[in-house]
Amino acid sequence: MAPNAGGVKTSSDAAEQDALPVPPSPVLARVAAIAKHASSILLTFIGLTAITFIIGRVMPADPVLAIVGDRASQDVYDAVRLQLGLDKPLIQQYLIYLSNIAQGDFGTSIMTTRPVLDDIIRFFPATLELATIATIFGVLLGIPMGVLAAVNQGRLIDHIIRIIGLFGYSVPIFWLGLVALLVFYAGLGWLPGPGRIEVYYDGIVETRSGIILLDSALQGEWEIFRNALAHLVLPAAMLATFALAYIARMTRSFMLDQLNQEYILTARVKGLSEGAVIWKHAFRNVLVQLITIIGLTYASLLEGSVLTETIFAWPGIGQYITTSLFNADMNAVIGGTVVVGFCFVGINVLSDILYRIVDPRAHD
Amino acid sequence: MTTPLLSVENLSVSFDTPKGVVEAVRGISFEVGQERLGIVGESGSGKSQTGRAILGLTPGRVSADRIEFDGIDLRNAPARTMRNIRGRRISMIMQDPRYSLNPVMTVGWQIAEAYRVHTNANRREAKQRALEMLVTVRIREPEKVYGLYPHQVSGGMGQRVMIAMMLIPGPDLIIADEPTSALDVTVQLQVLAILDDMVRDRGMGLIFISHDLHLVSSFCDRILVMYGGQIMEVLDTGAMHRAEHPYTKGLLNCLPDLARRQETLPVLERDADWLLSRDGAP
Ligand SMILES: Nc1ncnc2c1ncn2[C@@H]1O[C@H](COP(=O)(O)OP(=O)(O)OP(=O)(O)O)[C@@H](O)[C@H]1O
Ligand SMILES: [Mg+2]
Repeated sequence: MAPNAGGVKTSSDAAEQDALPVPPSPVLARVAAIAKHASSILLTFIGLTAITFIIGRVMPADPVLAIVGDRASQDVYDAVRLQLGLDKPLIQQYLIYLSNIAQGDFGTSIMTTRPVLDDIIRFFPATLELATIATIFGVLLGIPMGVLAAVNQGRLIDHIIRIIGLFGYSVPIFWLGLVALLVFYAGLGWLPGPGRIEVYYDGIVETRSGIILLDSALQGEWEIFRNALAHLVLPAAMLATFALAYIARMTRSFMLDQLNQEYILTARVKGLSEGAVIWKHAFRNVLVQLITIIGLTYASLLEGSVLTETIFAWPGIGQYITTSLFNADMNAVIGGTVVVGFCFVGINVLSDILYRIVDPRAHD
Repeated sequence: MTTPLLSVENLSVSFDTPKGVVEAVRGISFEVGQERLGIVGESGSGKSQTGRAILGLTPGRVSADRIEFDGIDLRNAPARTMRNIRGRRISMIMQDPRYSLNPVMTVGWQIAEAYRVHTNANRREAKQRALEMLVTVRIREPEKVYGLYPHQVSGGMGQRVMIAMMLIPGPDLIIADEPTSALDVTVQLQVLAILDDMVRDRGMGLIFISHDLHLVSSFCDRILVMYGGQIMEVLDTGAMHRAEHPYTKGLLNCLPDLARRQETLPVLERDADWLLSRDGAP
């Protein structure tokens, strides 16, 4: 049974060699995966639009009255009712609603009297700018902090990082925002107050992307760029604190998990330096898991951080939706909600694709 | 025995756990030259911790009167010295390639990396050496296998990759920690044969850890029988029948004998008293 010390020449090498995997038609598998993926995205969209449709068309006691007011004549009332298509069956109304959305038609905002889509195009870039910068800082600081904490598990530095994380996670953002304004704006005067930019700079740079940093930089208006950047520091720092706390915490726990894996011992046995073991071997595996976390963070910041946008008078999508809601501007609320929902789904799809690229186990 | 490559004297490994101190290895001594030394013992007897303590890779507390490899004191060697020894001079083959290979890197890259750590070779040279090494461990389509990820190779193939990776820098001593326990029986023999050939061809020393006394006795020159972190008995494989220790005898009797009909297998006898005498004599 056992081989002798003289060495057993194996006769059945070939059998083992044949164990090379033969993937069951990779093209077919990939098509199936994409189809599965696409159908789940489609379902999400149907759910999203159905809910917003119900909120907008079915829930208001009388959407016609909401538009014409209670002193309109019966003729006007009937005309508007017909114009809204409210005489048609619900399903048909929903399909019309869908086709309108597909064309970017969310109706007109009562508050701004502009098409809702135009409003969103104006407000969304402010949120995008804030969320993107906050996420970038959350990633750039949170990941090294999480790794550092994991590598020094139980030591002082780990505790310090944990406390920072706990702080960013549990201190209410509106309180933090107010304190920051009080200290850096009112007290020290180091940073400008609320708003995206000083009023006297308004309208100087031509709006292209709607992201002031980008537009001013492209047009060489560095003074405005600096001003916009200074305005961005505090609100972005608030959101980044939140992002950083979450990302650092997850990185730490993923890293601890990976460092206990057997392949880490292998890497050390090979004679690799501790830096290579952590950043080349363990971190590559952590990154795979972090992609989802970063995507979630970014998406949740893009949803509009109502509190931050309110405190810093940041004209973003969160503020737009909230103000519309208080003014019973249903078209605006629904339009904003649909767009935010699309963003959310879009980012999740993106992070899923990225995950599939980075993790070889997801290739087949 | 030839001049020892590695001398270990009074090696102990212990862990502080919430339930108290766990003594995984309790004052063992042995030497290894250019030979095959087997370490057998039941699960938890301290075999793996012995191997890891030599490489300075146990999280436990290590104490020893001597751990000397080729004239180098490994006990308090600086991290840099240890890194130069790991892989390059002493290497270790782990049990299960499903866990011991990095899942997000191709197996070829991992082999090439083991070579590059200890040489100035550039990527292309390292890849060339890795491909040659894959041929040495009898893998037929090295180019193809080089680009596979660990989850795409079978257990036997994974363990050949492991052997290739651990032997590519040309170590003098290799610790094989249950290198075939995770494999199918038929594949076990192929992998053992490969390891066997390579150890012989390169004149390496081998510490072969296993819980299978029969396997070890057919593969090694000498055997340490461990129990409860201590060495119970040292045997020459030619003289297995002269085993004296009841634990060793128990291990030998555990295998069913096909020639003789037995209703029940004997229960392995274990006795805490064996651990009282430090020299391992019963
Ligand atoms: N990190 C650890 N913390 C606490 N105790 C540990 C740790 N690692 C190992 N041990 C203990 O050390 C003892 C010896 O473990 P070791 O892995 O050397 O056993 P082994 O002989 O290799 O067993 P096996 O055949 O199961 O691999 C065991 O009792 C184990 O519980
Ligand atoms: Mg073990």
